[in-house]
Amino acid sequence: MKNKYDVIVVGAGPGGSITAKIAASGGLDVLLIEKRQEIGDPVRCAEGVGKDALKKHIEPDNKWISSEIKGSKIFSPDGTEIKMSEDASSGMKVGYVLERKVFDRALAQEAAMAGAEVMVKTRATGLLRSNGKVTGIKAMYMGETHNINADIVIGADGIESKVGRWGGIDTSLKPNDIETGAQFLVSNIEPGDYNLFYLGDNYAPGGYLWVFPKGKHIANVGLGILGSKSGNVRAISRLHRYIETYMPKGKIVEMVVGGVPVSGPIKQTVADGLMLVGDAARQSDPLTGGGITNAMDAGKMAAEVCIKAYEKGDYSAKTLKEYEDKWRSTIGKELSKSLQVKNLLVKLNDEQLNQLAHSLDGIDTSKMELPSLLFTLFKKNPKILWELRTLFV
Amino acid sequence: MSVNVNRFKCGYCGACVGVCPVGALELIETWIEVDITCTGCGVCAKICPVGALELNEK
Repeated sequence: MKNKYDVIVVGAGPGGSITAKIAASGGLDVLLIEKRQEIGDPVRCAEGVGKDALKKHIEPDNKWISSEIKGSKIFSPDGTEIKMSEDASSGMKVGYVLERKVFDRALAQEAAMAGAEVMVKTRATGLLRSNGKVTGIKAMYMGETHNINADIVIGADGIESKVGRWGGIDTSLKPNDIETGAQFLVSNIEPGDYNLFYLGDNYAPGGYLWVFPKGKHIANVGLGILGSKSGNVRAISRLHRYIETYMPKGKIVEMVVGGVPVSGPIKQTVADGLMLVGDAARQSDPLTGGGITNAMDAGKMAAEVCIKAYEKGDYSAKTLKEYEDKWRSTIGKELSKSLQVKNLLVKLNDEQLNQLAHSLDGIDTSKMELPSLLFTLFKKNPKILWELRTLFV
Repeated sequence: MSVNVNRFKCGYCGACVGVCPVGALELIETWIEVDITCTGCGVCAKICPVGALELNEK
């Protein structure tokens, strides 16, 4: 560890590691720190990811792919099935269920191979400042605190992000802005090769229950409920109840808990010498909860702006705002649309959800992606979905 | 401290840290720490996926 870097990235998830890799590839002196002693563990993710979105960043490797997925099936509260997202032409697999423990470490290794320094079991405990600007971090490694300087600090420190708050950016989530979830890795079941999504109050109020196959006899089975609907009954109790009722032969071999930001774009993600990436910037999708590839896309954008800022020798919020503008006009737009849909969906009761599913009777949705499925639903159910009309003009 | 963390239940996921309006919580490797700025508002206890947080009535 040196006492000065061009860029310090806090958090070695997919967003942080991509930022570190690209910044280092661009010739910058980069330090990537991870507070856990093992990168990628414990997992807090259902591990589903789209093939095309992932391939933009890394060549698929069987070491971190648990299974390949043909498409998705959504089930309305009464069990009506909506098949979607199959490959349009050749019946190719469209998605992966990852092994995040291996995947995250592989990405961190790519950052290391690109020249970044990596430190594990190293936690940021605060920011260094000079004249109001962020000039580095305080970091603790094995009980000892070090001051490490940097021109830019990237907060890629996840749902529990402190870097943004220390930098004066309010990233706190309201109960409506978070899905609180639990997941078991369940063995002795036959999950098939589609990702399954179950809607309805019986499963997950204001969220959904998922079954993401990780192998022939094993799957991530989890659920997320809207924070505002949590309290008396917890995510974990609901999940236990589901497994007992619907997967009585299932055996739980791992447990995962976590929160997913579903706030949509937040107001500010840069400050002088500071940028936020991934869950720390609340860039996960409010509708699907997916965050891996958004974080990687944002990480790439942030790293490219780091390189530009370095060339200019200017690390002010004004320069770094290019990152914010860029992610807002791309990822941000999608987040806003998803937020609009999520805000409506959480208001619908089971009967209305069933009605939506029934309206697709006789329509082949199997090759549709989410936007075209929503448009089809809108055309069939303008009354229920009237709020969404602005999405389709 | 006005919120107690049951460390035998806690899955150290950090969701509570994300919702704390005053930044009183922190996830340190495998445990949650609560600092003196905690107002006892209870948002963290409400959203905890496993119910590991309880308001301290005192």
